[in-house]
Amino acid sequence: MKIGVVTFPGSLDDGDAARAARYAGAEAVRLWHADPDLHGVDAVVLPGGFSYGDYLRCGAIARFAPVMESIAKAAGDGLPVLGICNGFQILCEAHLLPGALTRNQHLHFRNRDQRIRIETAQTAWTGDFSDGQEIVIPVKNGEGCYVGSPELLDQLEANGQVVARYVGENPNGSMRDIAAVRNEAGNVVGIMPHPEHAIDLLTGPSVEGLGFFTSVLKGFAAGAQPAAQIAQEVGE
Amino acid sequence: MARVVVDVMLKPEILDPQGQAVANALPRLGVDDVASVRIGRRVEIDFSGEADLDRAKEIADKLLANPVIEDYTVRVEQ
Repeated sequence: MKIGVVTFPGSLDDGDAARAARYAGAEAVRLWHADPDLHGVDAVVLPGGFSYGDYLRCGAIARFAPVMESIAKAAGDGLPVLGICNGFQILCEAHLLPGALTRNQHLHFRNRDQRIRIETAQTAWTGDFSDGQEIVIPVKNGEGCYVGSPELLDQLEANGQVVARYVGENPNGSMRDIAAVRNEAGNVVGIMPHPEHAIDLLTGPSVEGLGFFTSVLKGFAAGAQPAAQIAQEVGE
Repeated sequence: MARVVVDVMLKPEILDPQGQAVANALPRLGVDDVASVRIGRRVEIDFSGEADLDRAKEIADKLLANPVIEDYTVRVEQ
């Protein structure tokens, strides 16, 4: 399985995301923001960092990168997409995920190991977890406060689209302690903490972040091929 | 050149921690009669020809503001 990792100008965690994909047993393919070609990948990770310097709003300019047009189209056809931190912000700005991410309520950058609860295994990226499972992975953000209207939040909860919540102290003031959400189909997930930094005890607080990457591999092995690829095969 | 000014503000129901931080600092200036402060962004767009308000609205809606959390107003500067 090939997992693509996009590099935008200002991406920081693309190297770690590619490494996490390799640890999980996938082939990591580096994708470039200015290249609309997805190079036949079976899933995409939008990594953390400060794309385009976070100018205007986090993720607002990255959304218009040529690669994003291809990703948005493929995501509509079922391609698994994981946005981590800045990647989550980009997915919200691109309207691939509901809601928005704003300045941490206390205005401080927060960088620490964070306990989160996986609320649903019903996504392309969390199938390897069990509902209610708690894991510890790093959080590091300045604009990670998830917001949405009360109606939207009620709807997300009713649809099971809240993928993870902070346990203990909420690091950024996110409404309803939301740390991760998914789209209706479950193939697109955005998460504020960093699973790719928790795959090796030498450098992370746990190896529990690896579950996001093994989940997408298992889904792929089980035959949940991206619709785009199926269409391509049928065409051949 | 014709200038269009776009003002972007967080929607009233969205918490503005920057504005709160400024409001909390005001007593240090001896100001104690301010109820709240909210911070937005002013964007000046200079068209090379005529001011195009519709175009400016499109720019504001698609890029300058995130309609999920922000409101904006667009006006031609006289």
